[in-house]
Amino acid sequence: MDIYLPIADMPVSIFLVLGLSAAVGFISGMFGVGGGFLLTPLLIFIGVPAAIAVATVSAQITASSVTGALAYWRRRALDVKLGTILLAGGLIGTVLGVWFFNAMRRLGQLELVIMLSYIVLLGGVGSLMLVESLRALWSTRKGAVPPRKARGAHPWYFGLPFRVRFHRSQIYCSVIPLAALSITIGFLGAVLGIGGGFLIVPALIYLFRVPTAVVVGTSLYQILFTMIAATMLHAVTNYAVDVVLSFLLVLGGVFGAQFGARAGRNLRGEQFRLLLALIVLAVGVRFLVEAVVRPVELYSIGAVEVRQ
Amino acid sequence: MMRWLLAGILAVAAPVAARAETIILSLSSHQVRITQTYGGTDLVVFGAILRDRASVARQGPLDIVITARGPAGVFSVRRKVQVGPVWVNLEQRKFGALPATIAVLASRPLDEIAPADLRERYRIGIEALVPRPGFGTSDDVQFRAALLRLRQENGLYAEEDRGVTFIAPDVFRASIPVPATAPVGNYEVTAALLADGVQLAQETTSFEVRKTGFESFVSQSSRDWPWLYGLVTSAIAVAMGLLASVVFRRD
Repeated sequence: MDIYLPIADMPVSIFLVLGLSAAVGFISGMFGVGGGFLLTPLLIFIGVPAAIAVATVSAQITASSVTGALAYWRRRALDVKLGTILLAGGLIGTVLGVWFFNAMRRLGQLELVIMLSYIVLLGGVGSLMLVESLRALWSTRKGAVPPRKARGAHPWYFGLPFRVRFHRSQIYCSVIPLAALSITIGFLGAVLGIGGGFLIVPALIYLFRVPTAVVVGTSLYQILFTMIAATMLHAVTNYAVDVVLSFLLVLGGVFGAQFGARAGRNLRGEQFRLLLALIVLAVGVRFLVEAVVRPVELYSIGAVEVRQ
Repeated sequence: MMRWLLAGILAVAAPVAARAETIILSLSSHQVRITQTYGGTDLVVFGAILRDRASVARQGPLDIVITARGPAGVFSVRRKVQVGPVWVNLEQRKFGALPATIAVLASRPLDEIAPADLRERYRIGIEALVPRPGFGTSDDVQFRAALLRLRQENGLYAEEDRGVTFIAPDVFRASIPVPATAPVGNYEVTAALLADGVQLAQETTSFEVRKTGFESFVSQSSRDWPWLYGLVTSAIAVAMGLLASVVFRRD
């Protein structure tokens, strides 16, 4: 059954779009990643113009992060204070990212920047997480006690000025490294059209030692507001948000995210990190293959501007 | 229905013939409405060839070529180039003022109807409708060839050798495909009458592709009130997220 998308100007199969968004929603609810880095390439693959895919996915991420964030909030697995600081930094980063995006587009090098960033980020983050989680799984299997966070032993950047105590996350940390992290991720998010969950989750786990249970909810909370801002920006600046497509994506996504959040509850920390690492790595490898293998079709048609 | 249509065409056209041969055309509809279930359509075009006393008896068969052209647009064609180990879209050519869609329907294969130079002059066939780069390099030629190939693969440019059927010696019929991804705008339909490779007459009509109802409302709102549109889209997303967590709540 097909439905015509009024902004994308094309018909799509309802069940295909619902299926894709439910699958990505499941992963999104499970790991607290927005899922944009999965859904955007999938939509482009089924023929949705890239600009519309990027813009519309931000609405879908909004919905699945509402559901996810609420689920974690009820379980008290969300640090609002930490999330709000990350959000403030994220919005600053977004503005800088949009500026950089336009500058690179003027230079005509945007494609290259996006592709290389995807490969480096996904491949790098994925490999690091994979190695770490395999090591953790290995030591648990051998019966070794997982190294507990030693009291008082903190990385140097925790001790910078403006220290704030985050009760729920059990950290006492300077605001400066948190701001640096969230500005960087907001910047990358705007340039690459992603929520940044797959970057913020591992960063909070490994760099800031925030418990895995709290990280996911907090990341979803931050992504929620960043994505509302992104939806508005896309609607106002390039009229690229398709409300019909977004409705379908949201419908599939919220169901998927519900089941995903429930499935995530039954996962142990190490398994959780291993699975997320594999997903991130798989997408990175896919981009790498696409970039290095000689393409069958060298040519493509970019934007077609029809004069009305 | 078809018979009445033909009768109508003949009755209206009878007193017109001033030149040797003339064509009259009639489209099954002058409007293609894009609704929620739109997935491409076909328009039927009927035509009749009228002769008067000035018409000389032709030796060869009469040929009809119908060309439907969509609104003009600017295309950018990109080519991937290997930079170090990676393939990147680095090279680009722009093609200005080309029709967004082209459908060429003929009564016989085009090369049997007229030689290439005459087709070029009469602008018959996809090759003739997309201008060649005047002083271009071989690169420009490759970009143009890629553009034509990609548009044909998408079904946006189409050429059909036997797309025009004669249902009587002087009456013909053709079905113009309107693809699902055809942009909104005005589409020009031209019918050319040829004999022995020479164009005898030409006639033009047009149809419009437009969004109606909900589709038109949505695309208008996104342009006219982008802030409100963005707010509503975000609000729908948030509301559905909330709804889902209420529906699924178990604890």
